This record gives sequence, C-alpha cells and structure tokens, in this order.
Amino acid sequence: MAYNSKDTAAFKGVWVFCEQRDGVILGTGYQLLSEGRKLADDLGVELCGVLLGSGVNEQYAKALGGYGADKVYICDHELLKDYTTDAYTKVLCDLVEDKKPEVFLIGATNIGRDLGPRVAARLHTGLTADCTHLDVDVEKYKAFLKTTSTIDVDNTPFEDTKNLKMTRPAFGGHLMATIVCPDYRPQMSTVRPGVMQTQAFDEAKSQQTVLEHIDVQLSRDDIHVDLIEIKKSAKKLVDLIGADVVVAVGRGISSNPTRGIEIAEELANVLGGVVGASRAVVDAGWIGVDHQVGQTGKTVHPKIYVALGISGAIQHLAGMQDSECIISVNKNGSAPIFDASTYGITGDLFKVGPMLAEAIKGFKAAKG
Amino acid sequence: MKIIVCVKQVPDTSGVVAVKADGTMDRAAMATISNPDDMNALEAALQIKETQENVKVCVVSMGPPPTESMLRECLAMGADEAYLVSAREFGGADTWATSNTLAAAIEKIGVEQGDIVMCGRQAIDGDTAQVGPQIAEKLNLPQVTYVTAIDFQDGVLTVRRELEDGYMTIKVQTPCVLTCIKELNTPRYMSVPGVMECYSKPYAVWDYEALKESKWVGPVENVGLKGSPTQVYKSFSPPVKGKGTMIEGADKAACEQLVSMLGDKHII
Repeated sequence: MAYNSKDTAAFKGVWVFCEQRDGVILGTGYQLLSEGRKLADDLGVELCGVLLGSGVNEQYAKALGGYGADKVYICDHELLKDYTTDAYTKVLCDLVEDKKPEVFLIGATNIGRDLGPRVAARLHTGLTADCTHLDVDVEKYKAFLKTTSTIDVDNTPFEDTKNLKMTRPAFGGHLMATIVCPDYRPQMSTVRPGVMQTQAFDEAKSQQTVLEHIDVQLSRDDIHVDLIEIKKSAKKLVDLIGADVVVAVGRGISSNPTRGIEIAEELANVLGGVVGASRAVVDAGWIGVDHQVGQTGKTVHPKIYVALGISGAIQHLAGMQDSECIISVNKNGSAPIFDASTYGITGDLFKVGPMLAEAIKGFKAAKG
Repeated sequence: MKIIVCVKQVPDTSGVVAVKADGTMDRAAMATISNPDDMNALEAALQIKETQENVKVCVVSMGPPPTESMLRECLAMGADEAYLVSAREFGGADTWATSNTLAAAIEKIGVEQGDIVMCGRQAIDGDTAQVGPQIAEKLNLPQVTYVTAIDFQDGVLTVRRELEDGYMTIKVQTPCVLTCIKELNTPRYMSVPGVMECYSKPYAVWDYEALKESKWVGPVENVGLKGSPTQVYKSFSPPVKGKGTMIEGADKAACEQLVSMLGDKHII
C-alpha cells in the first residue's frame, strides 16, 4: 500500500533522531530520549532511537536504551559517516515510510534544523521548529499552562486528544505558541538543545535495548554535494548548557566591552562558572556566538545566573528564566530583567561586579 | 545565469512588540524591516553578479501588498527583477504551505542549469529556518544551509557551512538552494542611481490565479491556512513573575548583604 501521511491510525510509536558527529552521540539525543520516554509512556507505545552513521558502535546504541529507548534502529553505511542532507533525508524517509512512527523528534542543532524540514517536506507532514515543551496528555498540558501562562485553564475548553502539543516561543520570544499537527503523521518537532533534562542512565535497561539493523539503500548518486572537509573550531567552546553557574553580560558593557567581559570572567571564576552573553553583545562582536544565551542562542538552567547589564528582552529571558537563582545588576531600576530575578541590585556593573566578586571571595574564605 | 533570492518583510521584533487582546501579534502596529538574513542572501547574489558575466538577480517575496516597498529597496540595492506573490488564499500559511507557494513562484520564474536559489537562514518573526530547505525539497534541488562563505568560479560552487563547533566545506551541484547567515557578508545600502531606477525595473505581482496551475499550488485547499499541516492550538504570553528581592544600595555593604543572603539559602 502506498505511504499516506494522512492515514493517522497507521502510525505508532515515538522516535528520536540521535545525532552523532565523529561517531560520538550528541547530548541532545539523550535529552530527547528522556523526554520521548515520557511521551511514549503517556501514549502506551514504544520509544525508538534512530542512529545513522558508519561503523556504528553497538555499545553506543545500547547506551541509548539506558536513557529510555526500547529499541534502536541502526542505519550503518559508509555514506552516512558524515552528515549530508541528501543521504540522511533519504535514509530517514525510507525508514519512516516503512515503520510509520506517530511522533518524530529531532534536536534543533545546525544539522537537525537542516534535516528536519527536508524530511517533513518529503513525507508531507508538519514540523514545529525549536520546541521548548512537549505534551501528549491534555491534563499534563493544562498543568504546564497553569504555571507558564496567563490562561484561565480551568475555564477554558481543551480538545481531549493525544495529539502532540508542541510549545515554542514565537515572534522573537514575545509570545508562546502551542502547535499541533492533527491530520498528518508523523508529528515532527525539532527541540532546542539543553531544554529537556537528561534522566539518569539506567544500566539494566540499557542491557535490554533491542538493536535492529536496517538494510540501508543508498548510493553515491543519491548525494548531490561533495563534503570536502569538516574543520573543528580551534578554540575550545564554552559549555553553557552544562554549567552550574553562568555570568552573563549585556549591552550594559558597551562603554568598555573588554573590561565588562573581564569582570564577568572574574565573577565566573569565583563562582565556578562560565561567561554568557546577550544577543546584542554577540551581534556587536565582543564575544563569540557560543556564549549567546536566549531564544536564538542557548537555553540554560544553571543553579546561579548572574545578569550584568542585561535589560531582559523576552528574547533573552526565553533562554535563562528557568535558572534556579537569578541575580541581576543593572543601572536602570525598572529594567525588565528585575521582574525575572531572585535578587537585584540597581547599580553600575563596572563598580558592583568587582565588589560582588570580592564579597564572594571573602565569604568563601571565611567558610574555609 | 540567474540567482533567485527569497526575501521576507517582517515585523521588527527587536523593537516594541504590540500584542492584540486575543494574544496574536498586532503586525499593523509594528514597524517592518527586511528580514536580516535575507539581506545577506541578496548581498551574496549581488556580489556574484559583480564578479561574473551575465548574471541576473531576481527577488521574490510572499506577503501582503505593502511588501512592495521592501522589493523596491532590493531593486535599489541592485537586483534586476522583483516578484511579489500576494493573495488572500496564501495567507495563514505554515512553512509547508509557504514553501509550496514559493516553489511554484520560483518554478514560474524558471530555474535552469547553473542557477542558484538563495534564502536567509530564518526570518526573525518565526525563527523556524524551515522554508529554505522545504523549497529545496519541493524543487528537488540540493541544499546547503547556514552558509558563511561562497566561492563560485568557473561554474563550480563551493561553500562553507557553519556548525556549532566548526564548519564544513561543501562543493554543491547547481542548481541548488543556499540559506545564508549574517557572518557571510555585510549587506550594502541602496545606491542613489539604484533608487532612481527601482521603479523602472521589471516588477510583477502574482496572485492565486497566476500560480494555481503549478503542482505545488493547485486547489485552494492546498495553500495558505487550509493547506497547512500545522495549526496553532493555543497561544499565550508568559506570566509576569513577581519582582525578586531588591538589595538596597549598590556599594560594598550591599554586595556583602547579597552574598550573606545567598549563603543563608545555601546557594553559594
């Protein structure tokens, strides 16, 4: 029977694309499996990881089970070693058409955001970009809205379906939108790296993972590009997502960007963290894009987030508002950042920043 | 050869954003700009035009009639022809339906051997980055996204594609679709002669009737809101969190007070 993306009843199961680079699986894959596990449990279906590569290490594939996958489809082919749009799209679409999952999640990395739209277009289904929250269960969705929206949830009607409810920031983060794809399958979503939390690794479950090797149909003629080289950036990139403490700088450093970043580095040092930045600082070229926090940057939820000279545009808040403790320093006492902060000081970051670092050093020394 | 550049007029989301009572954005109340990444795509096309013989740059946009102002600006920057795809039937489209309509328009402009289609990576109102790849899929063209450098010599196109932790160098067959990011170049301003000429250059408006014969458009159910697989289920604004504890003063004592509060709560 011909593949028909409108035959929604024929689709079953939750899939996660587990991206690898140089044979190493990206953390986003584990985050999405952890999230996918909850969705699969709410739907009462299997969770499958999909792994494409060349010479795929079966231990890595089994490890995906430790994060929630019941089964891992392994697509192993020499032409899948490094990412090309053509090869990866063909193999994934062939697999979807054969197995028919109802939900398909892809990490919104630079590669996932190239692959997802192409796959969705070929399969004739919808795709929601850069999601920050997913639900199938209506009650869980309502509980989510109660804490994150101004909607009067109890007096609002909700259609009770198990459709995937995909929530993302819209219009530069000024609004949140929940998107559904009711009439086509699979329901596809790219998910922002760092948003979903990785669950603890379960060794016993990992051992039970079913591995299924797929017979990949792929030839050089399917690929219309030549990958000449992949170059890793020489500079070590900052690990914002994994950091316990992020000290971020905003437009407030503009009178002396070098000194502003120095102050942030000093604070990050005493607190054991890394330096982040708002979009304005990155756009101005004062710091690398790997430091950017916000809707177009990274989403972080550290234990401590220090915002120095950041006004708090929703664009930025979207990337850090779930931090456990937010400390803000801003000259403007009515800056929106203070509305999202646990603690605030109205003052000049160039003066307050160093004093704060000294005070923390003093506190730590006194504590021993 | 021809370079077709897809451009979009967007509300300036970096400025004041007006929200209507029903939770949707009040586009009429907001300033519009040319989508930044799209201007990098246009600049790249114009640079190729300057270094090669016989290159024609066509800009195409889908949007309401006022989009004309942006297209005229593109012509004033140096593009040769502009096409506006505008019809009520196309409104409310998600990326699937948008890429259908734009693919139909690009096909009508004509993609021949050696041509390039260029887009910005993403538009700042939706931030999806999906339309470029979906146009490529529908036109059955190879794609490279996140392009930060372009080398085009003797018909061989080699581009640099940005990754989070480095980059790829890719030789891509033409015709193809490239999506561009701001690291690629700095868009030029309109020139005075360009502004003088922009109203005499070829400019066409295509409505639903003009494109309905395309296999990507067809019946009206295939385009716009009706042809969109995804639908908005709810839209909402985040609640305003209560203000946290503001520390009095901004001196050494204030910093020490804050640190002591952090210590009491075992935050540090």
